[in-house]
Amino acid sequence: MAERTVTIASAHGLHARPASMFVQAVTASGLSVELSKGDKTLNAASILGVISLGIEHGDSVTLRADGDNADSVLDSLAELLTTDHDA
Amino acid sequence: MTPSHAVTESTLTGVGIGRGLAVGPVIRMPDPLPEPSDAPSTLTPDAEKVRAAGALAATAVDIRLRGDRAGGSAKDVLDAQAFMAEDPTLRDDVNARIDSGRTAERAVFEAFVQFRDLLVSMGGYMGERATDLDDVSQRVVAHLQGVAAPGVPDPDHPFVLVARDLAPADTALLDLEKVLALITSDGGPTSHTAILAREKSIVAVVGARGALSLDNGEIVIVDASTGVVTIAPSEAERAAAEATLAERKAAPEVPVGPGAMADGTKIPLLANLGSVDKLTEAVEKGAEGVGLFRTEFLFLDSDRAPSIEEQQAKYTALLGAFPGKKVVVRALDAGADKPLSFLNDEPEENPALGLRGLRALRAHESILRDQLTALANAEAVTEADVWVMAPMVSTVEETRYFVSLAKELGLKTAGVMVEVPASALLADRILADADFASIGTNDLTQYTLAADRLLGSVASFQDPWHPAVLRLVGEVGRAGAALDKPVGICGEAAADPMLAVVLVGLGATTLSMSPAALADVRAELSRFTVKQAKEFAELALSANSAVEARAAVFSAASSLTSSTHNRTESE
Repeated sequence: MAERTVTIASAHGLHARPASMFVQAVTASGLSVELSKGDKTLNAASILGVISLGIEHGDSVTLRADGDNADSVLDSLAELLTTDHDA
Repeated sequence: MTPSHAVTESTLTGVGIGRGLAVGPVIRMPDPLPEPSDAPSTLTPDAEKVRAAGALAATAVDIRLRGDRAGGSAKDVLDAQAFMAEDPTLRDDVNARIDSGRTAERAVFEAFVQFRDLLVSMGGYMGERATDLDDVSQRVVAHLQGVAAPGVPDPDHPFVLVARDLAPADTALLDLEKVLALITSDGGPTSHTAILAREKSIVAVVGARGALSLDNGEIVIVDASTGVVTIAPSEAERAAAEATLAERKAAPEVPVGPGAMADGTKIPLLANLGSVDKLTEAVEKGAEGVGLFRTEFLFLDSDRAPSIEEQQAKYTALLGAFPGKKVVVRALDAGADKPLSFLNDEPEENPALGLRGLRALRAHESILRDQLTALANAEAVTEADVWVMAPMVSTVEETRYFVSLAKELGLKTAGVMVEVPASALLADRILADADFASIGTNDLTQYTLAADRLLGSVASFQDPWHPAVLRLVGEVGRAGAALDKPVGICGEAAADPMLAVVLVGLGATTLSMSPAALADVRAELSRFTVKQAKEFAELALSANSAVEARAAVFSAASSLTSSTHNRTESE
C-alpha cells in the first residue's frame, strides 16, 4: 500500500473549490483512495466526507491507496494538496 | 395618479421598492417539496436502490449542465453540488436506509439531513454549505417523485419572479439579467428580497398578499412607484406601460449632483457600504460621502480580531477615496444576526435583546480600542472627514462612554446610532453629549414594534412608515435642530424615495443608502420643499398605520405634483 503524508497549502483549507478539485482527481484516478486526518479515515472520493473532516490550512493529512499506479496517483494528489488554490 | 390602494380583482398591492416599472410573464418560484413519508416501501430494497442510484446520477448530470451554463463562481458551487449527489459515502448511507425498509425518497432525504446536521454543527463555512445540501436533496427527491425541481427557475426568456420570499441562497443563482421584476407575497421593505432589489435596481413589489395565486405565464405590469401589480392588463394598459418604459429609457438620467430639496436646502446623500468593493459605484452614483461604513467584513470568518495594522490598511483605502468628504464609520456591530465567535461567546435566548453592538464591544474593550486607534491612524494619513459612531446605544451613560473613549484615542467626531426607542426618546440628552446621531431605521422599527426583523411570520410589522417609528424619528430630529447637531438616517427607510422626503420633514439632515438608490432619492427630494416635506410628515404622523401613512403621503404628493409634473404620461 502506498502512502503520503502532506501539509495542506490552500489558505482556506480543504473546502469548496479545493475540495471539489481534490475529489474530482481522486474519482478520475479510478483507485480507491483513503484520506486520514488524526484518527479519522474515510473514502477520499466522498466530498461530504472530505468537507466534514474540517481540514484547515497547515493541517497534516495522510493519503493511502493500493494498485498498479498507486504511487504516481498519490504523487499527483499530494501535489494538488500542497498547492495553494486560494492564492 | 392617485395611489391605487383600492384592490380590484385584477390588481395586487404591496410595498414597491424604488420607482421602476416592468411588464412581463410570471414565473412562480416552486414551493419546497414536503418531507417524504416514512411509510415502509412496497418495493424490494434492490428496486429502491436502483431508483435512488438513477435519481442521484441524473441529478448530478443536471447540476453539472447548469454549472456549465452559469460559468464563473456559480460553476464552482454547482460542481461541488454535483459531487455531493455522486458522493459514495452518501450512497452507502442511502442504501443502508433502504435495506431497513425506507423508500428511496425517504432514504435520500434522511441521508442528506444527517450530513446537513453534521455540517451545521461544524458552523462557519461548513454551516453555509448546508443550504447547498438541502438544494441537492430536494432535486433528487423531485426527480424520484417525477415533479419539477424546486429552486430558482431558469427559463430562456425574461420573466417576473413570484415567490413567498427569497432566501440569499435563491438569489445567489438567480440570473438577474432575465429578471424583469420581483413580486413577493411575504416579507416587508427590509426583507432580503427588498434589499437585493434596491442593491441591484430590480423593480420589486414585496408583501403583495395574493401574489401566490398568480399563474405561470400570466402577464403582469409591476409598478414599484405605487406598489401595484396589474394582472392580465388590457391591450391599452399594456401599451401605456410599454410607452412609459420607452420614454423613461429615452429620458436623460437625473444629473448626478448634491442632494437638495426644491427650495435649495441641501440634504447630503451618502452611501451605505459594507466593504471597499462598492466604493467606485458609490462615487459614480454621486455619493457625497459615506453615511454608514459597516466594519463587520473585517471581522467575519475570523476567530480573532484583526490587528491595528490590518484594520488601518483597509480604512486608509476607504478614506483615500473620499478626500474632503464625510465618512461615517460604525464600530463593529456584532451579535443578533451576525455573531462573532470572539465577541459573542455565550449563547443567548434573545440575541436581539442581548449583549450586542456597543454592549458587546464594551465587554471586550480592547477590540474597540484597537478599532478606534486604527481609524484615528488612518484618518491622520488621509484627507477624509472621519466620523465614528457606536451601534446599539440605549443610554446617555453609554453615549458618554463611547464619545469620551473615541476622543481619547484621537477621533474628532463621535456620535451614536439611534436604534433603540429609549435613545430616540432621550435624544435631547444623548445629543447633548454626542456630536451627531444616525438613525438605524431597521432596528428602530424592530424594537418599536417588538417584531424580530429576521422572522418571516412577523415581517408585516417591519415597516418604517409606521407612525410610531416616525414619531421617534421626529423626536431625534427635533433634538438635533434644537442643539444644532446633525441627524442622519442610515437604514433602508432612507432608500425609499417618498419616505426619504418624510424623513427630511421629520428633521433628518443627511440620508445614507445603498448606492443604487441614490438617483431615485435625489430625484424625489428635488420635487418638494422642506415646508412640503414637513406637511407630509404631519400627515404620516397622524395616520393609524404604516399603510395609511403611506397612502396619505402619496395622495398629498401626487396632488401637489400633478399640475407641474405629470408622472403618469399614459393617462
